[in-house]
Amino acid sequence: MINFLSIPLIHIIVALVAILAFIGLNGVVLVYMERKVAGFIQRRPGPYEVGPQGLLQPVADALKLLGKQLTSPMGADKILFWSAPIISFAPVVVCFLPIPFGPSPNSTGMELNLGLLLVLAFSGINVFALCMTGWGSNNKYSLLGAARAVSQSVAYEIPLLLAVLSIAFQTGSLNLSEIVQSQQGVIHWHIFMQPLAFIIYFISATAETNRAPFDLPEAESELTAGFHTEYSGMTFGLFFLAEYAYMIVVCSVATALFLGGWDGPFFDGFWWFLFKVYALMLVLMWFRWTYPRVRFDQLLNICWKWLIPLSVLNLILTAFFIKLVH
Amino acid sequence: MLKDIGKTLIGLWSLIIGLKITGKEFFKPWLTVHYPRQEVKNLNTYRGHIELTGQETDPWKPKCVMCGKCAEICPSGCIHIEFHIAGEDDSSQTEKILIGVGVEIPFSGKKFVPAAKIERELDIFNLNYNLCSLCGLCVQNCPVDAIKFSKDVYLAGRSRQDFEYDLLARLKGQG
Amino acid sequence: MKPNESKFELNGDYYSTRFEPSGSETGDTLILNMGPQHPSTHGVLRIIVELDGEYIKKAEPVLGYIHRMHEKMGEVKTYMQYLPNMGRVDYLHALAWNWAYVGAVEKLTGIEVPQRAEYIRVITCELNRICSHLLWWGAYLLDLGAFTPILYAFVDREKIMDILQIVTGSRLTYCYYRFGGVSADITDEFINQTKEFLTYFKTRIPMYHDLVTGNMILRGRCEDIGVLSVETAKQYGATGPVLRGSGIAYDVRKVEPYSVYDKFDFKIPVGQNGDAMDRYDVRVAEMTESLKIIEQALESLPDGHYINPNLPDRIMPPKGEVYYAVEGARGKIGIYIISDGTAKPYRLKLRAPGFSNLHLFAELSQGTLLSDAVSILGSLDLVIPEIDR
Ligand code: SF4
Ligand code: SF4
Repeated sequence: MINFLSIPLIHIIVALVAILAFIGLNGVVLVYMERKVAGFIQRRPGPYEVGPQGLLQPVADALKLLGKQLTSPMGADKILFWSAPIISFAPVVVCFLPIPFGPSPNSTGMELNLGLLLVLAFSGINVFALCMTGWGSNNKYSLLGAARAVSQSVAYEIPLLLAVLSIAFQTGSLNLSEIVQSQQGVIHWHIFMQPLAFIIYFISATAETNRAPFDLPEAESELTAGFHTEYSGMTFGLFFLAEYAYMIVVCSVATALFLGGWDGPFFDGFWWFLFKVYALMLVLMWFRWTYPRVRFDQLLNICWKWLIPLSVLNLILTAFFIKLVH
Repeated sequence: MLKDIGKTLIGLWSLIIGLKITGKEFFKPWLTVHYPRQEVKNLNTYRGHIELTGQETDPWKPKCVMCGKCAEICPSGCIHIEFHIAGEDDSSQTEKILIGVGVEIPFSGKKFVPAAKIERELDIFNLNYNLCSLCGLCVQNCPVDAIKFSKDVYLAGRSRQDFEYDLLARLKGQG
Repeated sequence: MKPNESKFELNGDYYSTRFEPSGSETGDTLILNMGPQHPSTHGVLRIIVELDGEYIKKAEPVLGYIHRMHEKMGEVKTYMQYLPNMGRVDYLHALAWNWAYVGAVEKLTGIEVPQRAEYIRVITCELNRICSHLLWWGAYLLDLGAFTPILYAFVDREKIMDILQIVTGSRLTYCYYRFGGVSADITDEFINQTKEFLTYFKTRIPMYHDLVTGNMILRGRCEDIGVLSVETAKQYGATGPVLRGSGIAYDVRKVEPYSVYDKFDFKIPVGQNGDAMDRYDVRVAEMTESLKIIEQALESLPDGHYINPNLPDRIMPPKGEVYYAVEGARGKIGIYIISDGTAKPYRLKLRAPGFSNLHLFAELSQGTLLSDAVSILGSLDLVIPEIDR
């Protein structure tokens, strides 16, 4: 088995299958988790009726989505409309490839020197899909939602990149496994050296994944459902799954970059990685169920007036210190 | 500039306070009532649809004296009453007197006197609960307290006819 | 096409075909129908907005989707039979409408109300006001994208509804006030629970402030949004917290005290700038003031009848007309009745505060972002059934 896995092609295929399974499973777990968190914060039990403690609720929801008819609105651009969910979902699978889930080489889908770049590049494709939904749906709400999504993603990619860059400066590598390797032992975690970069990264990541309080593209009180207004059944399901998968991606990258990846006080291993990822997800959910939504111009203001200057400053300081140390 | 930064820091602190509150609530117990397993406890004060009350001596016989005040005052016209004069042996052959739905009782201007002189027998007392606005005017206006509110809150039906109640039968059925 | 001939058209209905876009210099504008089914319109209000990018060039509310002919119903029902209608005009502050109608008929007929009944009315009406403001609070935050506050508000609202259920028997569309009093006396259970609620709710308000009022994001969404000048407010006949947010302390309870309101010591909170935040602050402060009123009323609750014992068997006001106004949660509620001396009103006119307040929206939203428009709409606290009647 090990021998088989060392053949790159087989390794990648196995990894892709595993990633797909992981995404699917995660969708189920995260939907359940999100609804439970929302419920507990609001002093109610959340899903409760299907299965013990409502554990089977997301499965039932998924089956319901699968069973629904797929409809497209009159006058929609069929090609754009139907390909958008796929384009939204497909790149996320690639994003998982370079993420080191555990210490053994087998737990990374594909060792890449430019792994970090790959993740950032492929996660950018999602915007393209949103753009297509906006144009293809022939719906004004979708159009507005897509317009918001595009400018939001474009703006927030900059501080995200700059924050990531400061870590890359520090470690001198874009390989996620190497970055994790470089922070063995809790005190060496980059979050302690680069707290500002972590905060900037996390805020930008929240905005990149369209999570509340930055969920403007799908602000339901303004745009009904935003870009996915016209999608039904599994096409909606794909958007939904992709959204959760992207959340996992950004949290995984945050874990790898700032929180020491699979490194932990005792028993290094992938459980530490998963634990940290889920803890970050919990924080994202906690945000969502606490805050109101920001307005569009405020969102861009936060980015241009605060995050970008701060991240540039952080980058300069990092560079300065690196020079000093060497 | 410094003022701006200070303001933003205070603002950020407000966000943390918000998180603290929701975080605390997270660990508190639920407040919801889970219907099939639990039920709300204050149903004794609920005023549901109306129900006939029985006489003290004979709880199966309604107290109602068939004055028609309830049907007349009902804003939604949901009470339907039929009766005949007692003593006439076959009730089915005598002409029934209708009160309620669609029948307007002309107002005489005099104060109401319960017609105790003539014995009447109640044949039908129907309530169309679909129309009822639960205002309670009928109960309040009944001169002999012949109707009361039920505590029926868990109502479900498959058709509108399920909510057209024969109150007389209900009275006899429940005893 | 004849006026009564209808045809299914994809190019728009009566209102959208008659909507005149104001156009823009930069290029095309987008005409968007918000509603009648839209999450932020809380019901079946429809607004046609013309957007330039995300900026609103022009907004036009379309009414009538939930028109139920309440005024016409008044003409075909007896005075008594019209009572339950009042709970359904504005279901959130039903008791204020109850009161306005009952008060108008009492004034016209000359029915006296026992002191105890007046106090009961004050207590229940103020509880209902808190209830209404709480729902507004939650719903407003829902418009702004925060989900959790509405559920916290419902926790408290549920308590008020439990209390009101003790005496009224229902939880939303109350029909509790009667000519000459109320339909049932308050019980010890009611008084105890109300007192409990008063102490409990005082601990909740600081929590609300911490969670929401102080929140930076909320402040950003409300401050300087939808600034309503006093002149505009006057022109449109705005009342209630909307007017008070602009700095005018006009409250019917204070300026034309009805019932026993002149016996209580309470303040009328006012804002300064007239923006959405001021309207928010006014409403939250009003909840505290209502608590004060309830406290005082409970303390000085007199004994006596809860309803006038010598009521005429049939309400038949003399010929004449009457206007009676009370302060509802949304503003001045007025009832105007013309009686021709029969058992039914000749004409009945309802003055709904929401109707005047809604039309401010067209003015306030001009030139704002779509998100701001949602915030403004929420800050006006509209109840659509009341507007359409
Ligand atoms: S409660 Fe009101 S609507 Fe219902 S039956 Fe009685 S009078 Fe009619
Ligand atoms: S008012 Fe009372 S007594 Fe008269 S008909 Fe109705 S239930 Fe019977």
